[in-house]
Order: sequence, then structure tokens, then C-alpha cells
Amino acid sequence: MNGWIAIGRIDDIAPLGARVVRLPGGDIAVFRTADDRIFALADRCPHKGGPLSQGIVHGDRVTCPLHNWVVELGDGQAVAPDQGCVARYPVAVEDGVIRIFLGASEAALT
Amino acid sequence: MIRKRLVVIGNGMAGIRAVEDLLALAPDLYDIEVFGAEPYGNYNRIMLSPMLAGEKQLADIMLNDESWYAENGIKLHLGNPVATIDRRRRCVVAEDGTEAFYDRLLLATGSNPIMLPLPGADLPGVVTFRDVRDVDRMVAAAGSFKNAVVIGGGLLGLEAAGGLQKRGMQVTVVHLMDTLMERQLDPVAGGMLRHTLEERGLTFKMPAETAAVLGTSRVEAIRLKDGTEIPADLVVMAVGIRPNIDLARSVGLYCERGIVVNDAMQTYDPRIYALGEGVQHRGKTYGLVAPLFEQAKVCANHLAMVGHARYLGSALSTQLKVTGIDLFSAGDFSSSDATDDIVMQDAARGIYKRVVLRDNRIQGAVLYGDTVDGAWYFRHLRAGTDVSALRERLLFGSSQLGDSGRGGGGPAAAMDDRTEICGCNGVCKGTIVKAISEKKLFTLEDVRAHTKASSSCGSCTSLVEQILAQTLGGDYSVAEKVRPLCKCTDYSHDDIRRTILEQQLKSIPAVMRFMEWRTPDGCHTCRPALNYYLLCAWPGEFVDDKQSRFINERAHANIQKDGTYSVIPRMWGGTTTPAELRAIADVAEKYAIPSVKVTGGQRIDLLGVKKENLPAVWRDLNAAGMVSGHAYGKALRTVKTCVGSEWCRFGVQDSTAMGIALEKMCWGTWTPHKVKLAVSGCPRNCAEATIKDFGVVAVDSGWELHVGGNGGVKVRATDLLTKVRTPEEVMEYCGAFLQLYREEAHYLERTAPWIERVGLPHVKKRLIDDAAGRQELYARFLHSQRFSQSDPWAEHATKEVEAAEFKPLAELVEA
Repeated sequence: MNGWIAIGRIDDIAPLGARVVRLPGGDIAVFRTADDRIFALADRCPHKGGPLSQGIVHGDRVTCPLHNWVVELGDGQAVAPDQGCVARYPVAVEDGVIRIFLGASEAALT
Repeated sequence: MIRKRLVVIGNGMAGIRAVEDLLALAPDLYDIEVFGAEPYGNYNRIMLSPMLAGEKQLADIMLNDESWYAENGIKLHLGNPVATIDRRRRCVVAEDGTEAFYDRLLLATGSNPIMLPLPGADLPGVVTFRDVRDVDRMVAAAGSFKNAVVIGGGLLGLEAAGGLQKRGMQVTVVHLMDTLMERQLDPVAGGMLRHTLEERGLTFKMPAETAAVLGTSRVEAIRLKDGTEIPADLVVMAVGIRPNIDLARSVGLYCERGIVVNDAMQTYDPRIYALGEGVQHRGKTYGLVAPLFEQAKVCANHLAMVGHARYLGSALSTQLKVTGIDLFSAGDFSSSDATDDIVMQDAARGIYKRVVLRDNRIQGAVLYGDTVDGAWYFRHLRAGTDVSALRERLLFGSSQLGDSGRGGGGPAAAMDDRTEICGCNGVCKGTIVKAISEKKLFTLEDVRAHTKASSSCGSCTSLVEQILAQTLGGDYSVAEKVRPLCKCTDYSHDDIRRTILEQQLKSIPAVMRFMEWRTPDGCHTCRPALNYYLLCAWPGEFVDDKQSRFINERAHANIQKDGTYSVIPRMWGGTTTPAELRAIADVAEKYAIPSVKVTGGQRIDLLGVKKENLPAVWRDLNAAGMVSGHAYGKALRTVKTCVGSEWCRFGVQDSTAMGIALEKMCWGTWTPHKVKLAVSGCPRNCAEATIKDFGVVAVDSGWELHVGGNGGVKVRATDLLTKVRTPEEVMEYCGAFLQLYREEAHYLERTAPWIERVGLPHVKKRLIDDAAGRQELYARFLHSQRFSQSDPWAEHATKEVEAAEFKPLAELVEA
């Protein structure tokens, strides 16, 4: 299955927090900012693969817990002078339900 | 919004740095116009020496080329000096008649080189050393002539002489004084420098005064007062600079030696600001880049209408940019009855170090041949640290003990470009030098961000600072006291801690609001720091902010490189039981934990635990009576002990029981950084107590208490705090010491650097001399412990709300 998939409710994630969506191909980190916007990125820092979902969220950014790289939640780019990029997933929130968009053959909900 | 108009007179490093800082603070506040007398964009004037020496080209030293001005919407008038300012109409008039109106005016007219009024000084071939045009003239002369005379044996003169010599000229330096660089060097260091430069082929006439420049259509020689004539095809006057105040004075702005400004960098006309080499602040003028950038920051702060920064003057350090010469000087090194000189001289190795102390504080320092500790002395100088406890080893610097991971050691100037400087990130000297010049870096923070050097363990920091200083010609690290906590604020750790108490601020948003944070919810640097400061200030009141904790403290386990966690149960004083060991073994098998290891702190580490298994692992360990070891926290870690008098034939006290008692008192406390304790049962010190934050060593008559040790990156043996008789006193001093550290240290500062920063005498004053104060500290420690001694593992096992931390939001499987 692919397309838009409901993964949970906005209240399931603490403000300035993150949760993980587990996929066979690797986790997706889902972030909530202080003003309740939701972002989804592959849970692998472009530096050494650290789990971004475990980092500190600040503004529209997250800091990787392994070596303090800072990644933009909006576009998945590492903040200069570091260079790198992580895959991002489209997110939609409706009536408090978070949906993310997965490409063809990626996964289906249990 | 109608934009205000800002006109900047002067297109040099100081003025444009202020514009850059202003754009970062308030990008849309002003329409900006810049007038520059030179026909170039803003270039790095301190790189003129390497340019003269042929190591750099003009393009290499440009800081802001013309496209930068265009991109930022700045109107630039090049090669167009300002003729006058009409202060009533608020209008600047350039020499070509161009007019520019202003709401705020910034004067950054810099300084002019001093031209000695000698007969013949106007002959072709007589130049100063100030700008690109001067360098071009010198390079041209070096191409077709042989003999050069440099008048002036100061920093600039010697750099000019070194550059011309590199271009193949025979150079004679004429100096009025009998010591080279007499403002930066004492006679001994000046003599060593002269000797080295003579060996390289420079000739010196000193003390000597020039009487006339000789020649008909071009300079041919100079004549000294004693009649000696020296042949010269090129004469460089490098006798100093003078603040350029002509324009300011002509329009009636109050000037003394420079344009007089207040702490906000404002002149006597409140619409007109001034900064750079042309200004006089609290009676002093400055000619190095570091203070000018500090001024720029303050000036931008006021132009942006933020309006709280003050410039308080700068302490200076100097580094000579002549390849292969290692020389550092800072502060005031003149001796008097009130000062003490500490001197080391090793002529054979070409090393000389002199540190001048007044009231046990560093007043000045001169280093020749080995400047690796220059930045360290400079830090102590600016911080005004009481160094009496360091006196006997002061000249050996900060790095005499077994530092790990910093390549080579010794002076950085002698290292080749392939020498590894940063062992954590594998960064070589050449990479750092290249980044500094190509990416226009000026601060240690810049170098850390771009190269990663010194950004991990920090043991190579002094080397990186030294390379930075050698490349730039001076030190530009900001004093610890005024270093902002992070990029979200201009306030320092100390400012913030003080304000939290004074203003009764009790939440992170309250601090950020009151102290005008630049970011809505801070960053990964300030949030954990604020969380700790609030926790320490308001025990029992402040509600811990989980999202401002680093993941290890949020998950009560240590994240590993593969995203799994490690779990360490507490083993009181390093003791355990068969039942506990059995429970650990069961847990390891039940949850398929791949690795079990004994730690350096006498405990057992379970490595490779999956995050979702953490609550279950804790529950099982709890059931066997074990609690969290806080091996993941900025908190009390271990209390290492030896077996002591209970078993050991040498032991004089029961160190194990003492260690357990200390651990029972201290566990659960949150501290600025991790804290390790140890108790040894006799002076053989098997528990290695003298490299711990608080170390106790039993002696026959009682206990020695040692503080500030560290066995990590930078080995530091403890300082002896005092000796006490009873276990109760050990507990009191330990609690009071930890509380003082908790209340005064900066977040992420271990006890060793904290003590080096504030000085051991300060700690002794609070803990030894002031018995009542010590008891109050101890009482405050015990009070805060009432709220921190609950086992986080047991809390997690009972509180369902926390479960979200450990479970995935959703699990998606293949279709």
C-alpha cells in the first residue's frame, strides 16, 4: 500500500518532541514544533546515521543526538557549514490525525 | 514601514563588520550607503603582510566584494572620500559632490600612517604600509631595486621588512629604541627576536634616528643623525598610525587623540556613531582587529535599536605574523614594586617566557619560541583569575600533564601542514590555516564550525587558538566572562543565573521572554542549560522540562552509535551481591543484550539495549533492588572505593563504608556536568581519588579532602582542599563543595575547569574560611536532594504517561 497513511494523532507527540514510525526499510521520525506543525524525515542523520527522532527540537530544526548536527525539518538539509540532506515525507494533519505520504510499494499499515 | 537611512563613512573592516552585524539583527531597518576612499570592496587589512610576502593575492584577502553590497541592497561609493558632513541637514557630502542624507551616521574612518616630516620624505620611493596601494608600490620596487630601508622596528615595520626580504631585497631596519617591538616585548624577548631576524639576513640600526631622506629624482639613501648613510631604493615608514579625525574635527565633533565615543559607541552628536581605529574610548585607542570587532558588535546592537550592549574596552594580545617566528605578548608587562616576575629562559632552545603578576593575578605575559599557552594566559588575564594555586607550574602552561589526542605538542608554528591537530576529528594544521584564510574565519567558534577541529573533546583548543592567532596576527577569543551562552542570546552564563534568581524566573519561557531570546524556543545548547539552572535555583518548585533534556537524560540511558542504549545500575561504592549479579545475568539473557562490560567506575554496563525494552529492563532490575546509576546524566556518577580497613592490611579507615555513605547522600543530584567521587582507605590511593571531582583519602588521623581532579581528556590532579577528622565532616564538606559547584559553574563545565576559572582560593574562602557559609551550602544541598532522590527507573515503571517515549507511534509492515 502507498499514498496517504494515518499514523496517529497530533496529541500523541509532545510539543518540541518526536516519535518514530517503524517501516521495514528504516524508521521515519515525526516531529512536532512548539506551534504544532508536524514534519516527517527519515530517522537517519546525514552525518553518521544518528536517530534524529531522539534529538532536541528547536524552532524548525532538530539537533542530532550523536554529534550535534542540526537539520532543517522543512527541507531535510543540514544547517551550514555542515552539508548533507535527509529524505523527507509529505505530512497532512486533519482533525488532529496525522497522515504521511509514502511512495509506491513502501509499506502498509498493520 | 519607511526605512531609516544609515550612511557609513569608511569601507574598512570595522565599519563593514558593524554593517554585517546590523544586517543579522535588523535586516530591514535601514537603507544603507557606504563611502570608501579606496577603490576596492572591504578587504582583510591584517592580510596585507602575507600579501606583501607573496603568500596571498588581493582576491584571497577580500572579505566583501562588490557583489556582496549589491546582494544586501547597499549603495556603495568607491574611491570617493567624504569631504564634509552637514550635521544640520543631516547630509554627507563627498568630494565629487554626491550627497547622502542620514538618520544615523557611522564614522569608520580608521587611521592614517604617520609620515615623519623629514627632508626628502616626499621623494618617489618613500612609502607607508597601510593599504593595498602601498603593497603594490613595494612589490613593484622589489621587482626592480635591491636595497630597502624600513623605518620603525615595531610590529608593522618588522612584517614589512620580512615581506620585502622574502621578495629578494636587502633590508635594513632603523629603529629609534634599543628594543624591537618595545611596546609588546621586554628587552630579553626583543633581543632574541633581533638575533633570529639577523640570522635570517635582516640588518638592524638601533637605537638610531633618521635625519633625512636623500635623492634627486628618486630616493637613493637615508642619513642617520650620527651621519651614517644607508643606500636605499625604497624607504618604508612604519613608525605608527594616528587616528584619522580630520573629518570629525572639521565638522565640530569632539575629538581628543581620536573621536571620543561613549560605551554605546556614540559620539557627542547622538545621531553619529563611530568605531574602529579612529575612535577613543575611555581614553584608549585600538589598532588590532579583535577590539574593533567587539566595538562593531556593540555599535550594531544600538543601530538595530536593541540597545543594551556596552563596550567596556578590550585587553589586547599580539602575535607577530612573520613565518616561523613564535612570539606572543599580552597586557602590561612592566615591572614595579607591586609586581612579581616569573621567568623561564632557555637560550639553547630559543625559548623565553615571562609572566608578570600583580596581587596573584596575571597582568602581562611575553612568550618567545613557545607560545602554545598564550591564549591560556590571556584568558586568565582577562578573567582576573587568582592564580596563586598555579604559581609553581604557571610557566609550564595548561598542558603539562598527560593530555590525550592532540597531535605532536610543542609550538604550532613549527608544525608542518600535515600534522594532525585534532585527534577526534582528524583535522590537520593545513586544513585549519586554509579554512581561516579562504573562509574568512576570525574566531575559535568559526574554526570549530567549519573544520570541526577542537569541537569534540577540546584538548587541541590551545593549538587551534595559536594557529588562529598566527594566521590573523592577534587573539580574537572573547573573554569567558562575556561569552554568550549560545547564539540565541547575548547574555553570559553568569548573567542568566543571576537574573533567574533576581527576577524570580521559574520557567524556560519566562527566562527567554525576560531576557529577550532571539529564537522562539532556544536551541540544543541553551535549553538544557536553562533547564539545569532553573532546577538548581528552584528545587521542588521548578517542573523539569523533559524536551529540554538531552536524550540520555530523557531516556535514562546512554545512546550508542547505532541508536541502542546502555544501562548501568547503581552499585553503591562499587559493591554488589550474588543476587544482584544473578539478576543482571538474567536481564542480559532475557532481553538478548549483546554486550556486558565492567566500567571504569566499578559498575556493570549492559550495552545494546533496544529503546522499547528499556522500561522492562528497569522493571526487572528494580525488582532485584537495583536503581538507576545515572551513568547517562550530568549528575553524580560513581563513588569509587578501595576495600579499606575492613579487609586491607594497609587500610587506616573504612573507605568502602565512607564511599557508600557519600553515594547515598549524593545520588540523584543534577550538576552542571558529570561528577565522580572516590574514597581511598590509605595514601596508597588505590581508588585513584586524586583524579576525581571530589576525592577522599584516608590517613591515620582522619581524611584528606581533594577537589577538582579529572582523568579524561585533560588529566588534572586534584587540589588539596583540607583535612578533617570525622566522617560527618567529610559529608558536610562534600555536600557543600557539590552545592558550590552546582550554584557557580557554567553548564557543561566540569569541576576542574571551573576551579581553574574561579581559582582555588575562592573555593577555599567559601568552604574553609567561612564555616557558616559552608553549613548553609550543605543545608541547601540536602534540601535540593529531598526532591531529586527518586529512582527514575521506578518512576517510569509506574507512570504510564511516559510510555510514549519508548514506543513507536506506528508500525508499518510490507503490503
